[in-house]
Amino acid sequence: MNRITELFQRKPHEILNIYFTAGYPRRDDTAPIVQALERAGADLVEVGMPYSDPLADGPTIQASGTRALANGMSLPLLFEQLADLRPRTRLPIVLMGYLNPIMQYGDEAFFRRCAELGVDGLIIPDLPMPEYEAHYRDLVRDLDLGFSFLITPQTSAERIRRVDELSRGFIYMVSNASITGAKNAISGKQIEYFRRIQAMELDTPRLIGFGISNRETFTTACEFAQGAIIGSAFIRALGDAGGPLEPAITRFVHAIRGIQVPIH
Amino acid sequence: MIAIDERGYYGEFGGAYIPEMLHANIEELRRQYVDIWEDDAFQRDFRRLLRDYVGRPTPLYLAERLSAHYGATIYLKREDLCHTGAHKVNNTIGQILLAQRLGKKRIIAETGAGQHGVATATVCALAGLQCIVYMGAVDIRRQAPNVSRMKMLGAEVRPATSGSQTLKDATNEAIRDWINHPEDTHYIIGSAVGPHPYPDMLARLQSVISEEMMQQLAEQTGRDAPDAILACVGGGSNAAGAYYHYLNRPEVRLIAVEAAGKGVHSGESAATSVLGTQGIIHGSRTLLMQTNDGQIVEPYSLSAGLDYPGIGPMHAHLIASGRAEAIAIPDGEAVRAAFFLARKEGIIPALETAHAFAALDHLAYSADDVLVVNLSGRGDKDLATFIPFLDENR
Repeated sequence: MNRITELFQRKPHEILNIYFTAGYPRRDDTAPIVQALERAGADLVEVGMPYSDPLADGPTIQASGTRALANGMSLPLLFEQLADLRPRTRLPIVLMGYLNPIMQYGDEAFFRRCAELGVDGLIIPDLPMPEYEAHYRDLVRDLDLGFSFLITPQTSAERIRRVDELSRGFIYMVSNASITGAKNAISGKQIEYFRRIQAMELDTPRLIGFGISNRETFTTACEFAQGAIIGSAFIRALGDAGGPLEPAITRFVHAIRGIQVPIH
Repeated sequence: MIAIDERGYYGEFGGAYIPEMLHANIEELRRQYVDIWEDDAFQRDFRRLLRDYVGRPTPLYLAERLSAHYGATIYLKREDLCHTGAHKVNNTIGQILLAQRLGKKRIIAETGAGQHGVATATVCALAGLQCIVYMGAVDIRRQAPNVSRMKMLGAEVRPATSGSQTLKDATNEAIRDWINHPEDTHYIIGSAVGPHPYPDMLARLQSVISEEMMQQLAEQTGRDAPDAILACVGGGSNAAGAYYHYLNRPEVRLIAVEAAGKGVHSGESAATSVLGTQGIIHGSRTLLMQTNDGQIVEPYSLSAGLDYPGIGPMHAHLIASGRAEAIAIPDGEAVRAAFFLARKEGIIPALETAHAFAALDHLAYSADDVLVVNLSGRGDKDLATFIPFLDENR
């Protein structure tokens, strides 16, 4: 069974999905970060494939991508890192990235390689649903990959039903009309939107992302969905780590989970 | 038949590769732009402003000394005489009327050289709407006079500090702003690029250029079509307008002039049709300059208006299908062509436009050939670039 599907069956609430950009802060940090996240208690990891022009991302994720590219990160290199990593972690791994680098790699080859390497799901925010249906849907199903479409506060009910039908694994629920970036609070208007979607009783589980940054926002998001996705705040923690990454990663995940860390 | 299909493709180029956060806005535009365009009241307002405010029709001028030099009949379509100094305002007038009909209160735009930014700031002042222009931090330094013009017109100029800090990044920032303001904002894109319906909308709004050209040629020559039309192409809006009514007239050669920068293969060029491969940029499937890994490459041209790493999907299709020919002109030839036009005809063209004039040196002529060069903009904004070349062009 696909690891994402298995995860949601085993643990249908408080799923913590952490996003980071492959090759950041250093080129070869990708695999150690995933392993540290697993040890710290994350449920799911979303690995960003760095891109020169990430339209949906805010300054923090953009800067991490720019740095990763400067570090020499590329899709073939990421696949090498994932090949080494997969036997050493049981975390479900989702790749997130923009369509252009995937097209240049070869779209079908990309999907097949992902499946071979034990990647569990994909998020390609600029791949429109009609293109997906026409060219990729059957392939993704045959390869048993997850595929997450996004919904936003502006997405119509009719369209949300279509997202529910097409998404495999989970739906990526964008918390707010915005690009990615950490915010400190969730507004009443956002709660209304969360409730509206909750009331639709969709078949596919939902993870809320964008603006989830700390224990408070994570907990609130988890009241209205199976879990949440944290990106920019985690990338900032990596950037601020200074020395070894693992203690910073552990501290970060424990803070989100509300686990008390003894003070020495 | 050259036409856009109902999904927004010209052949295999075009479409709308956008994140969900933009879907509602793009869908609203897609559903409404044709109806608004075909609405009598819209056309009445659009035509009135083009006439009384922009100064249309722009003249079709027979350039006699240039014609004598090349041994052909050369007409200049004088878009440089438009209010604000370039064809860009045809589009912004149309889009501000559209934004009003969509009930939008806030206008955003990207700009490279500043011409589109000025044209947007102008129409926002005219309509009394808030205007925010994104401009690469590098371009803000290169194009100080246009920054001041935008500010004088009441616009806020926001520096794009991501990536290479030029036009591509200003476009990214404008798109991000639109994601953050999904309800009250209209994005006036400045070229025939971006997700469907923008390329078609831009082409329609600029099509007044070839509409007038047809009528003026008929009056002046007795036939409504030239043998060739030359236009410079960055994203391609002036070329789209100059070609529009001739797209399905195969007897008219369409010549798209790109910027070769320091040479097509110098590593510092913007010759997208030669160096580009198929991919996605700013929501459109088209030709773009990129690495083998699909990272978008920063182009180079001395002209800030042509250094865009992609090309509009209509032009990608015209070139890929052989309907249009592409010629790439290096910086030096463009500068020389600007001086040549200034001395022959008393017209200082924009540096972008000068590329189209330089292409005249690359064609063979028969005595009865009739050509139109789309003189898309005037060169006042480029004086600082031209001044160092004064000595060698005495």
